Formats: sequence, C-alpha cells, structure tokens
Amino acid sequence: MKKLILAFLLAAVPALGMAAGGGVHLDDADVDVTDQESLQRGAKYFVNYCLGCHSAKFQRYNRTGKDLGLTEDEVKENLMFTTSNIGDTMTISMKPEDAEKWFGVIPPDLSVTARSRGVDWIYTYLRSFYVDESRPFGVNNLVFPDVGMPHVMWGLQGLQKAVYKEVDGRKVVEKLEIVEPGSMSAEEFDGAMRDLTAFMSYVGEPIQAKRRSMGKWVLLFLGVFFVLAYMLKKEYWKDIH
Amino acid sequence: MSMLNWIDERFPLTKVWNEHLAEYYAPKNFNFWYFMGSLAMLVLVMQIATGVWLAMSYKPDAELAFGSVEYIMRDVDWGWLIRYLHSTGASAFFVVIYLHMFRGLMYGSYRKPRELLWIIGVIVYLVMMATAFMGYLLPWGQMSFWGAQVIVNLFSAVPVVGEELGVWIRGDYVISDVTLNRFFALHFLLPFILAALVFVHIVALHRVGSNNPDGIEIKKNKDENGIPKDGIPFHPYYSVKDIAGIAGFLFIFAAIVFYAPEMGGYFIEHPNFEPANPLKTPEHIAPVWYFTPFYAILRAVPSIAGSAFPGVIAMFASILVMFFMPWLDRSPVKSIRYKGGLYKVILWLFVIDFIVLGFLGTQPTTDLYKLMAQIGTGYYFAFFLLMPIYSKLDKTKPVPERVTK
Repeated sequence: MKKLILAFLLAAVPALGMAAGGGVHLDDADVDVTDQESLQRGAKYFVNYCLGCHSAKFQRYNRTGKDLGLTEDEVKENLMFTTSNIGDTMTISMKPEDAEKWFGVIPPDLSVTARSRGVDWIYTYLRSFYVDESRPFGVNNLVFPDVGMPHVMWGLQGLQKAVYKEVDGRKVVEKLEIVEPGSMSAEEFDGAMRDLTAFMSYVGEPIQAKRRSMGKWVLLFLGVFFVLAYMLKKEYWKDIH
Repeated sequence: MSMLNWIDERFPLTKVWNEHLAEYYAPKNFNFWYFMGSLAMLVLVMQIATGVWLAMSYKPDAELAFGSVEYIMRDVDWGWLIRYLHSTGASAFFVVIYLHMFRGLMYGSYRKPRELLWIIGVIVYLVMMATAFMGYLLPWGQMSFWGAQVIVNLFSAVPVVGEELGVWIRGDYVISDVTLNRFFALHFLLPFILAALVFVHIVALHRVGSNNPDGIEIKKNKDENGIPKDGIPFHPYYSVKDIAGIAGFLFIFAAIVFYAPEMGGYFIEHPNFEPANPLKTPEHIAPVWYFTPFYAILRAVPSIAGSAFPGVIAMFASILVMFFMPWLDRSPVKSIRYKGGLYKVILWLFVIDFIVLGFLGTQPTTDLYKLMAQIGTGYYFAFFLLMPIYSKLDKTKPVPERVTK
C-alpha cells in the first residue's frame, strides 16, 4: 500500500515542475524596496519614460515622496509634470481613444502590474525589445510577443537584434545582441531597469516594506503571548491526570 | 452580587454561563485536533469584524470596485492590514474547517448520538462556501470575474431551466454590475446566518456532549454527583487551553499576513490584480485553492451530449454525500484508535486523494491530469459509498472503559 501512495505522489512531481515553467525564461529582478535611492532613481525613469502613456492612477505623489524620502518640493520639481497638486494620483493626459488610435491598444494602468505580472516579468520584459521591421514601431519583445509598445528606452539601451538557432526544425531566438549602442552600457541599463522595476514593485504595494518590518514585532508579541498562555494552561492543568 | 441577582431574575445569565462553560463537562483527553472548533469561531468573528470595516470603504460598483480595494490598500489608515486579515482569514477559515472535519472523520464524531450535530456542520460548511464564493467576486479582478462566470455557468448546465437559472442568479446574461451588487449584499448577510448556524451547532454539541479521541461516551461513567468521571469543566480548563491554541494559530496567521499575504498566488491570485475585463478571457481559470478539489471532480466527469451537467451533479454530490456519513459508517467503534489497518489506510488515502484533487483543480487539464482526476473522483466516492462494506470488514480493537491519554 505504501508503494501505491509513493507512486501516486511521484506522479505529481513532474507536474509541479511543469506548473512552474511556461514560456520564456525570466531573469531574477532581485529588487530591494527598502533601498530608497534605488526607488528614487526608478521613480525618475518611471515619470520620464512610462508616465507619458501609462498611468499609475492609484498612486499619490505625496505618498510617493513620503515613502521615498523626498520633500514635497523635490517631488514637484522632479516627478510631477502633469499636475501641480501634490495630493493627486499619477494620472496621464493622453485620452484612451487617442491611445487606441496610435498604439492599437490602450496602455494599461501600471499601479499593480508588479503584482499581476511579477517583478521578474517586468525586469525581463523591459530588457527584451529587439529589432523587428514587421512591427509598426520596428521592435518586438521576447517576453510579450507583438506588443503594441515601442522601445521607449532605446536611447538608453540601444537597439538589440535577435540571434536565432534551429530547434527541431523551428527557428527560435537564442539570445539578443546589441547592434546599435545606447547611452548606457549593458550593466548600467540592467541596473536602471532594476531600479525601475523596484519602483513599480513599490507602487504595486506601497506598504510592503513597512509591513515586513512591522511583522517581526507582531510575531515577537505573539510568541511571548503564546509562552505565557502555555504556562497559564500548564498551571491550570497540573491537577488533571 | 445583587447586580447579578437582578439580571438573573430577568435573564438566565448564571444558568447559561454554568450550562455552557463552567459546568459543561468536556472529556479531559482532547488533543491538537480539538483546537479547530474554537479557532473556526475566532476566524468567523475576525472575518465579520474586518469585513464590516472593509465595507465602510468598499464600493460595490463595476466601475469603482477594483479601485476602491486599491484605495483601501493605500489611502485608508491600516486598510491594507484589514484587507490582508480578511483575505488571509478566508483561506485560514477553510484550513481550520478542513482540519475540523478531518477530526470528525478520524474520531467518528458524526456517529450516534451526534448525527444532527454533523449535519448542521455540513450545512455550516455549505453556507461558508457560498459566502466565500460571493466574496471572491468583490475585488472585481480578472479571476473574480471569470471564476464567478465559470461557477454560475454550472447552473446554466442544468437541463431545461438552466439558462433561466443562470440569468436569475446573475440578474443579467453575464456577470455584471447587477451581479456584483447582489453578491455584495449576500456576502454581507450570509456571515450572520453562518454565525446563527454556528450557535445551533454548539447548542446541538452541548446537548449530546463532546466526542473525544477515544470515541467513548464519558456520560456513561459518572460519579455520585452525576459528573462524568473523565469530564472537566470547559471553563477554566479548555478556555485557558484554547487561549494557548489561539496564540499559536495567530502566530502562523500573522506570519502569513505580514510576510506572504498572497501566499505565492494561492490566497490572492496574481491575475486578480488585473481589473475584470469581460472581453478578455484569461488563459487559465482556476478557483481559489479551497474549492479546487470539487472543481477537479467537476472536470473529471465527461460531458454527455455536450452538456457538462453530469460533472455538475458529481460536484454537488461530492459535498452532499457528506450528509450521509453517520449512516455509512457501520464500524462497531467510533475512533480510528480502535479501528483496524484497513480503515486507517483507506482514510489516509482519502486525505491524499483530496489533496491531489485539490492540486489538479488548480492546473490546466492534460490527458494525464484528467485520468488522475478521474481516478481521484472514483476514489472519493468509493470512500463514502463503500464505507458500509469496508467499515464492517475492518478488524477493530477492544475499546477501553475510560478515556486514555
């Protein structure tokens, strides 16, 4: 009978492996939302490169400033281009109907994208644009095939082209290679995209760093409470046999 | 004391206190599994409390619902904590209830004279499932929407009246603002019905007395004062013990709330951070983990003439069959401690079967998975329906007169 149980369990093992995979390999984003400087740099990239088309309509500027260690003036000067009200959320002025005309699709709001897609997906996606003349903006993306978004950071990264290899008679992308350098080296660009991903992770759940740091005190309290409750129980139960 | 007398003349406060706490004699040999009942009540109270506070800021409107949840997460003071307590609480509720039900299976807590207690418990479980299902629509994310769509479509699979039934439940031809509004109203109401049913469950429990890991009736051995020799007053013995249990439970619970509120996508599914979009069907729709064993059963049963109705019947039957437990078990003993190897193996395989079905329910169907789900479904029903036979064949051990440690 034990063998049968084991066989049944083993049958589930390859399944678990399969469930974890799927699609393109994603690089480890390795973001740190407690690193305020990283978040500040990420915020700068976000407002300069993303916020033209994508909103983060649940995220407020003043909250961003507070959490990233910036004064209201610093926020106004460096991060706010579309509004002058510090209490506003990060909305955009592009009309959805215009966006649909220009890109074929309305650029999604990015408030909780880090939570729906995951940080590894974002980090890999941002670095996986490559030249593809068949696409309207001349670029395609490995992680998100036929995406409607142009490679807005080509000036930083430069342009990449796909290197193909044959697998079972099908042409698949082996890797991406820089063909036209941008203003940043590959390492610098990876670092910049890590900062941007960290900021998006922060925006996805602004409380997360505080949540984790509070957690240890809550657990400490409950741990002490458990010990006291257990001792109380022992005391009451000592005459029960 | 005059104050208490004043009350007692008008309301049986002392009588209720004594009957249900200070002089309610519970077996002294409760083990780990007997924490689950009090934990379930704790979670129910917590769900109601956090739910009421969430409702103060939540907007049951298809245009505003998703945003109002994010508003709670960001702009409401401590809103994130209240929301995570509620979302984690939903999963924790099912964890403790599944353990509570398993305790019943192990120690025969459904056997005479506790048949009605068990049946009320199954009703509580059904109402709990309905509550959880309706609550899951409220964040109005992709999984909320499409999960509800799939489940309500099950009712549409009923022959003849199905189409009408689906529209009646949704109030529309698809899941829409109307559905969201009514699910919110019902999600607010059902927990109070649940609380009332739990009260009835406890009244029934205190009528027949608690079972115990030995499956012995402690009322058969009373001392000269009519107090069960193996019984101890619930208060203070089990009240202090349950406080320790609650502390232990809260420690694990808080670890999840503060360090892994999404629980790797099992407690809060990743696609649910995308607003509901009726025009975009997700690649893979899976209900939340606590429903997946039944979802696997649903998918395991082949359609007949293009109708998924047989699967729907199997799914509902898989829950309704629990009502018959008290009469399916023909073993001369209640507790697994005195049952034979046959029953033990069958019960543990049932546990594995339930977990495997739960896993399969989260996965897209493949040929292998479908076959596994069909075997799993077959075993699930065999566990219940063949119980009258194997519980009689099983070689039991003699049951002691008094409870053991």
